Formats: sequence, structure tokens, C-alpha cells
Amino acid sequence: MNGTERIAFINARLVDPESGTDAPGALMVEDGRIADLGPRLLADGMPEGVKTVDCRGDVLAPGLVDMRVTVHETSETHKETLQSAAQAAVAGGITTIAVIPGLNQVIDSPAQVEFLIARGHETGLIDVYPYGAITRGAEGEALTEMGLLAEAGAVGFTDGPRALADADTMRRALSYGTRFGLPIIQHPEEPSLAAGGQMNEGEISTRLGLKGIPAAAEVIMIERDLRLLELTGGRYHVAHVSTAAAIEVIRAAKARGLPVTCDTAPPYFGLNETAIGEYRTFAKLSPPLRAESDREAVVEGLRDGTIDAIASDHLPQDPDSKRLPFAQAEPGAIGLETLLPLVLELVHGGALGLGEALAKVTSAPARLLGVDAGRLVKGAPAHLVLIEVETPWKIKEDQLVSKSKNTLFDGRPVQGRCRATVFAGRTVFEAAH
Amino acid sequence: MNTPAPDTHFAPRHILGIEGLSSGEITCLLDAADGFVALNRSRQKKSDSLQGLTLINLFFEDSTRTRTSFELAGKRLGADVINMSVATSSIHKGESLIDTAMTLNAMHPDVLVVRHPHSGAVQLLSQKVTCAVINGGDGSHEHPTQALLDALTIRRRKGTIGGLVVTICGDIAHSRVARSNIHLLNTMGARVRLVGPPTLIPPMIERMGVEVFHDMKKGLEGADIVMMLRLQLERMHGTFVPSLRENFHFYGLDADKLAAAKPDALVMHPGPINRGVEIDTSVADDIDRSVITEQVEMGVAVRMACLEAVTGTAATTPAAKPKRKKKARS
Repeated sequence: MNGTERIAFINARLVDPESGTDAPGALMVEDGRIADLGPRLLADGMPEGVKTVDCRGDVLAPGLVDMRVTVHETSETHKETLQSAAQAAVAGGITTIAVIPGLNQVIDSPAQVEFLIARGHETGLIDVYPYGAITRGAEGEALTEMGLLAEAGAVGFTDGPRALADADTMRRALSYGTRFGLPIIQHPEEPSLAAGGQMNEGEISTRLGLKGIPAAAEVIMIERDLRLLELTGGRYHVAHVSTAAAIEVIRAAKARGLPVTCDTAPPYFGLNETAIGEYRTFAKLSPPLRAESDREAVVEGLRDGTIDAIASDHLPQDPDSKRLPFAQAEPGAIGLETLLPLVLELVHGGALGLGEALAKVTSAPARLLGVDAGRLVKGAPAHLVLIEVETPWKIKEDQLVSKSKNTLFDGRPVQGRCRATVFAGRTVFEAAH
Repeated sequence: MNTPAPDTHFAPRHILGIEGLSSGEITCLLDAADGFVALNRSRQKKSDSLQGLTLINLFFEDSTRTRTSFELAGKRLGADVINMSVATSSIHKGESLIDTAMTLNAMHPDVLVVRHPHSGAVQLLSQKVTCAVINGGDGSHEHPTQALLDALTIRRRKGTIGGLVVTICGDIAHSRVARSNIHLLNTMGARVRLVGPPTLIPPMIERMGVEVFHDMKKGLEGADIVMMLRLQLERMHGTFVPSLRENFHFYGLDADKLAAAKPDALVMHPGPINRGVEIDTSVADDIDRSVITEQVEMGVAVRMACLEAVTGTAATTPAAKPKRKKKARS
């Protein structure tokens, strides 16, 4: 803000997932960027005119990068706006989000990309990167002006919650999109198999009398797309993988050297289909919560690197969209404020090391999107999160900042929380006490 | 197991499903219903146990027998009965299920009997009202009073339910009647078999404690009870069976297939029956085998028992009474 402001974060445990650094040290911020960092930094004393923040041994890591957030900026603003999403994001240690076009909001023109970027700047809290739609109106037929969308600032292409079903259109999207180096992101679900489906197909759907979506609907779409990818080259990214079969296929494709990446979301490693209980609509998601064996496969996929990233898959819904018979309720759950503690569950549970886990929500998604974030290096933007890794707390929906409260982790005891969030050197969130 | 001890204190707040009921609780309802059969057959059919109470039949889906049956049951017990069907309600004006429930609740009914095309909808509604709720059928989930009336019919004819082989045939996938019957029959110790084309048998239903057959004669071998279900074409999107005549050829109950069952096997059907689609006229009308009209008779008695059970609770301490059923969790 005013000339050269310098802030020193001292007594920190510096964790940079990209370089594998995990060591005590200090970090200096100058003009909103990381000026220097390291174990020996400021060991010889503090220069004049520097503001200090005592990290008290807590983890100082890059601010989280969330690659899948639905906002309702221009449509259902009572559910969430970019401003309210930004406030929720920083409360969860997230400083960069990539926003997907929701069902009622399709980003298929350069002007809409520019609008969302501008609105993102107005928040002053986080960086906002929009995806462009693959097809006009996300209707699965005609390609969007992918090149112009890319030039306007789109970081990838996706039809959001809709699968791109037509094989020829997907082939051309992959082929044409190669030119711009951005990923084509698929919602992996064969629509005809999922039509009318309400939850994972299996014993529970049969007992509840709800139409199921077979796990095969996911892997069928991915296998088809991978065949197309072999023809076209380009970059193919699978959003929110949720089944063992899909992870197996992606693992094999990566081994063959295909340019495929994927992400998952906390519900798919933190819960299974039993969370639906007796028609709990907050647990209605797309893709649906799966069987326990699938959940275990997701954890294994994260562990062995098959799954590159974790996104919150934040999808706000108001009570009127959820307080309905299960078949009529909208899918989705919010996730911005619970992403960090649920990722840390993987650490406390022994599935991943701290650096590995944080990589899934920092450096990995930043690299996938090609954005300057998710790293602790000299010159990088000072987007930081200060994490109390061990602090136990309980997720409570009434304490969430997000406009919508449709979390499916209400009441869950977790360990580790965001103590403070720094965006471009400014502290934009501080936890109470 | 054959004659479980009745639970004489069975007074649930709601009856939302069979799942979770004990054999004692089911026996209690059947015993009470048995008593009403005689009353219903006498000239003076009225009792006054529900005098002053209001019953609303709230039907979001078409129904003839269930609604009429509940209406008669309520009137014979002396209740004031109001029927509301979706065609005349505010649902078409965009009102949500919960708002409809709250609106009706404000009129202080004592019992709501609810039928809804979506699974779980009746349970959702029950969480928002202070009166008792009886599930008149929710989607493909449960239809508890149908299973109870089937059980009463079987018990009166066979003396017991435990140990019998019951074969349920037809569109299992879309059937709430099948699911409620599977729960009830298993709880009471019967052996349950399902027969149908693979497309109409829902995945992993074996886990509910049933044996699945795609060959109808094999499924009927040695059966004591044959329950036929109709094809719920209104819930089907896409082809589940190629044609009605092909369905009848393989899964329609005729004298030839019925010969595989025990000689004294009973034929049941929750109705409405589709002659020539799932059941042959000669079988449906065979007075020695078919108990289809008797099921309808038992329906009124069972619903009288259910109405007394839920209002018994409501009459003492409505909201304070602890929920007895596991299902009541939100």
C-alpha cells in the first residue's frame, strides 16, 4: 500500500511443498511479494522499520489454491457471491480459487471471463481465475471461442457440472484446446447411465428406493476420453474422481505417459455413501458419495500420486434447495472453510506427510492451472497461510462464513486450523483468540 | 419365532416404515387388526376410539384403495376424515412439501396419512409436523400398511408367518410394497424369494436377506405364498421389459407356473391388477387360491389398528414421548 512495506514472519515452520522444504526459519515480505526466506534469515537481528509477525512455531505455507469453486456471482447471488466466497476462502486459508460455471451460469464469452477476474480483484482478498466453458451454453455441442477465452484469462475449459458426452465434440475440444496449452476438464459421468440417479448404486440405494448411479458411469467416460486423448494429445483433467475403477484407469494411463491429471474433493476421501443415512440431502453430491472401498481407493490414489490435487468442490445451496425430498434436492456441498482441516486429516491419519498433503492444495493445482501461486520462493506473491497443525476443533455450520451453510461435515471433530491468511502481504484473515 | 410375543405397549409416534419394527411390535399391530376384522364384518361397524380426532389423507400420488381404506378406517373409528389430493392442493402453485406440511399442521390434525411419489418424502414431512404420520407409500421405499395387511391375510390363512416360503414376483425395482414386505417377512421368520427379469431386480438386494430367481418356476417351487406385483410403468424411464406379452410369457402368473408352488399356495396381489400382464384371469379369480379381495378387506382392519397405535401416543404426551423408531433421526 504505502511504499515499501516490509513484514517479517519469524519463528515459523516453513513448509514449501514444491521444494520439499520443511524447516524452522523466517520469511520476509516486501511490497506484497516474498523477498527472502530460509532458516538463517534474520538470524543476525531485525533490520529497522520491519513489522514482525511471530509464528510461534506454527506452519507457514503457501496460501491454498482451490481449483474447483462454484460461485453464483451473476445468478443465484443469495447462495454465494465472489465477495462472500472470498471471505469464506480466506477463513479457510485459501488465497487462490478457480471458479467453474455453475448450472445457471455459463462462462462462454471473453467478457464474462474478464468480468469475473475484475470482480475477483474487487474482493481484495484472493486471486480469482475463471474457467471457460468447453461448449457454448455448456450444452455439449458447439465449441466456445476457446482461444479468446484463454487470452481473456481463462485457466482451463470445463462445462462445469455437466459431462461433455458427445465423443466427437470432446475429440475436437482436446485437439483444438492443445493449441492454448490449457486443460480440458471433464465431469466424469456417462449421462445416460446416470440419468435420474440420486446416489451411488448399491445396497443402500436399493434399500432407500432411490435410483442409483453406477460407479461404472465414471470410469466409462474416463476410458473413452483417454482413448480420444491418445488420438489428439492435449491436456485432459478429470474433476472429482470418486471411484476405485476410475483411479485404476488413470493410474495406468499415467504409466503409459498420457497427459492426464485429476483431482478429488474431501467428501470422497472423508466420507462414504453411508453419510446419506436416511435421505440426508446435504450428502447428495455429484458425483455421489461412493462405497467404502472407493473411499479407500481415493486415499490410496492420493498417496501414490495418481490423484494430483484436492479441490474443495465448493457448491453453495440454500435451504430451499436442500429441504426437499431427496430426489428433488439439488446436489452439492460447501467446502472452502473445511478444505484445510480435512486435508490435514490425511496427515493425522498417516496417509500423507504434511508437505505431500499441502502440495495437493498448493503447488499441484497451481501448476495444473499455470498460475503464480502455491510456492514459497523469492519473488512469488506473498499469499500465505499460517496453520496450527495440531489444534483440535469441531466444524460447526453456524460458525461458517459462507453465505450458504450446506456443509456435510457439521459436527465433525477435526485437527488443525488456519490461524491467519495473508494475501499479497496483507493479513486478510485472523482466527479468533 | 412362529408366535413372537406381542409388544402390548406398542404406541409409535409415526409409522413410516416396517424397517426397524420388531416382531413383537408387528405382532401387536396384527393382533389389534385381527380384532377389527370381526367388527368390520358386523352390521354396526362403528367404534368411537378416534372420536373428536382429525385424520387428513394427503395424497401426492393417485390412489384408490389405500386412500379409501384409510378413509373407511378413520370413519369407523369415529374420526373426522379429510381427503386432499395433489390435483386440488397448492403443490401445483409451487408450494414446497414442507410448507404444505406446516400449513396442514397448523390446522391441528391428529393423523396425517401421506403418500408421495418420492422416496423419503414422508419421513421428511414427519420431521416438520407435531401430529402423527402414517406412510401411505413413499416412492420406491416403503408402504408399511400394505405389508401389514399382507401379513394379516397370510397369518389368518396359514396360522403363522414364520417358516413360510414367500415368493414375490414382478417389478421389484420400483416397488415399495416389495421392500416393506421383505422387511416384515424376514422379521417374522419367513423365507423370502424374489422373481423378476434382471432389469427389475435392484442391485445387491440379496443383502436384504432374499434369494433372487430369474426363472419363475424355480422361484415358485415349494412356495407357500405367491405375491404378484404390477409393472410400475409410470416409474420406468426407458425399456425394462421389451413388451407386456413377453413379460407375461416369462413372469406372468398362470396355472402352469403356479403348479410349481405348493398345492395350497395362496396368490396375493396389492392391486391394481393388470390381467394378462402379470396375472392370468383364471388365477386371479380362483377362489381357492386367490386372496386378493381378502387383502383389501384386511387393509381396513390393519389401518384401523395403525390409527389407534399412533393416536394412542399422540393422546398422552404428543411431543414429549420419546421416538421409538430408529428412523426418527433427521
